[in-house]
This record gives sequence, C-alpha cells and structure tokens, in this order.
Amino acid sequence: MAAPQPINVEDLNIYYGDFLAVEGVDVQIRPRSVTALIGPSGCGKSTFLRTLNRMHEVIPGAYAQGKVEINGENIYDPRVDPVNVRRRVGMVFQKANPFPTMSIRDNVLAGVKLNSRRISKSAAEELLEGSLKGANLWNEVKDRLDKPGMGLSGGQQQRLCIARTIAVKPEVVLMDEPCSALDPISTLAIEDLVHELKEEYTIVIVTHNMQQASRVSDRTGFFNIAGTGKPGHLIEIDDTQQMFTNPSNKQTEDYISGRFG
Amino acid sequence: MTTTSTKGPAAPPEQTGSPVLRRPHDERRLPWFHLVLTGLAGLLVAVALLAIFDSLSIPAAILLGFVLHLAFGYLYSRIREGRRWATDRLMTLVVIGAFAIAMFPLVSLLWAVIGRGLTRVLAAAPSPFAFWTTDMSGIIGGAEAGGVVHATIGTLLITLWASIISIPIGLFTAIFLVEYADQGWRRVLGQGVTFLVDVMTGIPSIVAGLFGLALFIAFMPDQSVRMGIMGAVALSLLMIPTVVRSSEEMLRLVPMDLREASYALGVPKWLTIVKVVLRTAIAGLTTGITLAIARVIGETAPLLLTVGMVTSVNWNMFDGRMATLPTFINQQYRAGSANCMNDTVTNPVTQEVYACSITTNIDRAWAAAFTLIVIVMVLNIVARLVSYYFSPKLTR
Repeated sequence: MAAPQPINVEDLNIYYGDFLAVEGVDVQIRPRSVTALIGPSGCGKSTFLRTLNRMHEVIPGAYAQGKVEINGENIYDPRVDPVNVRRRVGMVFQKANPFPTMSIRDNVLAGVKLNSRRISKSAAEELLEGSLKGANLWNEVKDRLDKPGMGLSGGQQQRLCIARTIAVKPEVVLMDEPCSALDPISTLAIEDLVHELKEEYTIVIVTHNMQQASRVSDRTGFFNIAGTGKPGHLIEIDDTQQMFTNPSNKQTEDYISGRFG
Repeated sequence: MTTTSTKGPAAPPEQTGSPVLRRPHDERRLPWFHLVLTGLAGLLVAVALLAIFDSLSIPAAILLGFVLHLAFGYLYSRIREGRRWATDRLMTLVVIGAFAIAMFPLVSLLWAVIGRGLTRVLAAAPSPFAFWTTDMSGIIGGAEAGGVVHATIGTLLITLWASIISIPIGLFTAIFLVEYADQGWRRVLGQGVTFLVDVMTGIPSIVAGLFGLALFIAFMPDQSVRMGIMGAVALSLLMIPTVVRSSEEMLRLVPMDLREASYALGVPKWLTIVKVVLRTAIAGLTTGITLAIARVIGETAPLLLTVGMVTSVNWNMFDGRMATLPTFINQQYRAGSANCMNDTVTNPVTQEVYACSITTNIDRAWAAAFTLIVIVMVLNIVARLVSYYFSPKLTR
C-alpha cells in the first residue's frame, strides 16, 4: 500500500437547506495522527466532521460544496458513490448505537453481514477477534459473543461500536464526541484506544472536553461562530501543544483559557 | 454554622416547634377490610332501595351498590382517614370501576360465544368436531347436522389473498412515507398519500364491497360474476390503510441512530432499510398486520356482495361463489328457528337421518362465531410468538 496521504479540504461550505452552517474550511488533516476539533456548541464542528464521510447529506436538505480529497480523490466528485466513501471513512457517534437486534458477534461483523458479503467462517472469527482486540474489548466479551450487544455497559457499547467501525477496515475513523456520555474510567479506556488506533488509522475526533483534546490529539482545530444564525468558521489549526500553550489567535486563547462567552 | 448534622438512627430527634414532615397524628390508613364493610353496606342499601321500588335485579344491585360504595367509602374514609386518603380511595375505586366496565362487554361476549358455540361444536352430529369437518351440502330443515368447513376455508383463503395484496402495498407505502418522502416532490407526494390513506381508513365496508363488485363487473362479460378474489380485493381496500398507518408508526419508532450507524459502515440505503429498519421494527409490524387481518376477517357486507354464499367447499379463488364465516353467521341467523314437523330430518340425497332441532340455525351461527374467534385468537398467538422471538432483547 502506498504511503497514506493527508485529507485535503479546500474551500468547503456546508449547508442545511438555505442556511450556511459552516463557511470556507481549508485544512489539511495529517494521516496516521489524531486531529481534535474543539469549539463552542453549534459552531459546526460536528457538521464539518460529518462532511468528511458524506454522512452530512443523510439529513434532509443538507449538502456541502467544495473539495474534500482523500487519497487524492475528491469525495464530492459527482461520480463518487457516498457508500464507497463511508466504507473507507468510518464513524463513531456520540451515543453508542449497537444494533439492538444483533449479538455482540453480529454487531462487530455488521459491516460484512449488512452488505451481504460472503465471508468464510474462519475469516469471520479472525475479523471478530482482531476487531474486538483492536477496540480493547476482547477480554471482556470473549465468553459472551452471542449475547445481545445492548446488554453491555455504556463504555463497552461505545468500544463495541469502535470495533464495528474498524472491522470494515477503513482508512479514516471519525469520532463525534465519543466520550460525552461516559464515565471517567470508560473515557480513559477510549482515549487509550485512540492512542493505539492512530498507528493504523487517521483519526478526527470532535470533543467538548479540552483536556481530552490535549491528551489525545496531535493537532487541534478550533471552530467558532460569530453569533447565532451566522456560519461557523475554522479559526485556527495547529499542533496541540502549540494551541494550548501559545495560540496565535485571540479567539482561541479566550476559548481555551475560559474567558469565552 | 456550629452544629453539624448528626447521621444515624441513634441521634435523638430535636424537637424544635411542630414537626413538618410527619402526617397529622389523626391521619392514618385503616386496614383494607373497612372497605369491604362499606362495600357491603352499599350493596345492602342498594338491595333495599331496589326492593322498595320493586325492580330488584343482580346487575342493578351491583351497579347501584358500587355507586353507593363510592359515596359511603369516601365519607367513611374522610372521617376516619382524612381528605387525602379519602380522595385516594375514591379515585382508586373509580379507576377499578372504569376497568371493570370496560372488561364487562369483552368477558360477557366471550362467555356467550364460547358457551353457546363450543356446546354446538362439541355436540355436532355425527361426531364431536364434525362441525369443523363437514359442510352444509344436503342439510335441510332443522337437521342437527352440517358444519363450517366450507366457510372456514373460504374465510382463510379470502383473508390470505387480501393479505397477499395488502401487506406488500401497505408496507412499501409505509417505507416510502418514512424513508423516502423527506424533501422536494417526494415530500408533497407523501403528504398526498397520507391524506388519501386517512380518507381510506374511513371508507364504510359496504362501499369497499361495492367497489370490488363494480371493478370486476366492469371487466367481465358476465355481469353476475362472483369470485373469491373479488372479496379479497374488496377486503384489501379496507386492510391497506390500516397496514400503512400501523407500519408507518412502527418504522418511525426506529431510532435515526441505527440508520446512521448502518450508513457509516458503508451499507447502502436499501440494505439498511431491509436489514436494520425492518428487522428492528418487525415485532411492531407483525402486531400491526395481525390487527389489520383481524379487522377484515370478520367483515360481512363486502363479502355478501362479492362472493355470496354456497353450501360446499370451493377452493378456487377465481371461479364461483365461496362461503365465508361472517356471511355464514349472517345467513344462519336470518334463517331463524327451523320447522320441526317430525323428530327427524332425512337427507334426500344420502338418506342419512338427523335429529331435528328448532334452534339448529341459531346454534350454527353461534358455533361459526366461535370458530371465527378461535381463528383470530390463533392468529394473535402466532403474532405474539413472532414479536417475542424477533424483538430486541436486553438480557445480558
């Protein structure tokens, strides 16, 4: 496989119907690293995240204009199938959402089973174990793989969702506030996992927790909004260390030091 | 603050002023049998009152007794327990009373149908349950014979075909409304469809029957055509809106989270609908569809118009009249009491001899009603099992 290329975002405008939600994002996301997105509520960081795998347009009336290049291919090219984009760019949501009708095993293999792809039994077992180990969940669930996924605790469910996402073997994993509903111990487990995952995947994580951003990420982007009804902007993106010690933008400094709002 | 709050039961209660958390000491609950006493008092007074006005009957006594019990119980509790408990007792009794009144028709209906219907089914000539294995061919006068196998087969076939027509149309309409009618022209179309479905829900069943009749007569050379499929089409007209509405509700209950989770795994929309949305909603869908079937299985008017009545089994949905249970009940009831000149009736074809009974037609109607209820009951049980085995489970 060729060396991983960065995700190039050029002049991206994101709309909900007539409403311009995020304006003019230009950013390069480095491969095999963790990029955190921070900012106040409603500033468009989750919206931006969802445009990176075309999940944004699942909402009626929502669309995006501009260019997002993954491995040199613009995912907003009209010839691109969003389904293929999502197979390469996985996503973990704020609320853990395992499929309630499926066992733990089926949840992990959901990407294969829902797509009706044939897979040999041994390959399935290998994928199952690999993905669960990758999500640090194997030891906790290996004795009850056929029990319902909904029976796990909140933190385990979120790791199950991560296992499900990496079982599709994406190149990029997007995380939309994955720890906001979890207790500190589960949060720590997920953060450790993020550290391990960046060896293989490019990770973009949206978080409200600035300590979390400083703990897990290599680079941090700050989104802000001038006021309600106005579009959000990417104010600044830099190395996390730099962002939290010596931000170049006054807004970033205000937000990080808590003087904001 | 110098005093720290002491914890634990050993701490003596500090009496500063009157306690505010405790109930007033005269407000205490009485044991349950006090209510039985006021109940009995109510019943006695009711019986006495009714006896004075010379209109004593058990239902009247129970009803009046219950109302008096409400009054007595409230007053008694008000005096002995205080206002809050009295109101609590009164509302509890009103709720229980409303429940009993709601249950009464159901229980009494089941009682009557099972009592009279099961009796006839068990007593059927020539052997018990022959009612479910014989038809009405050659049965004349007050003969205590005959059965509903032809009507049962007719009802099952016509309902099956009505379901075959309605379930796909209804389910696909619901999928369109929930999954596709989200914006633009599809949204407008969806609103139109919803409106028409609402209108369709209110169609009187006789009009559906006339539609089925008119539809087929328009295309058939024979103006007096009657076929099972005509009835199925008429019934599907009644069934489709119920299926659409209930399925729509169920599909809307599937959280958006699950669809997004599926899309994020690179699953196409149609596979997401088939394998996630429908799969998650299957328990509710089954219940809704069963209710829709139960609604049409007892329809009489449309079938009377479109498939008529015969005395023997007709398996062919596309040729000739068919018997159905509701129309059979209607026919037997309208036949009224039979003439019994002799003690026996002889079948002119087979020369079999049956006992004659004045009430035989009415008894058959009850037994057929019982049969219909059994069929609906079995359907419901099957639906329950499907719901149970397919619904999401939370057990660890």
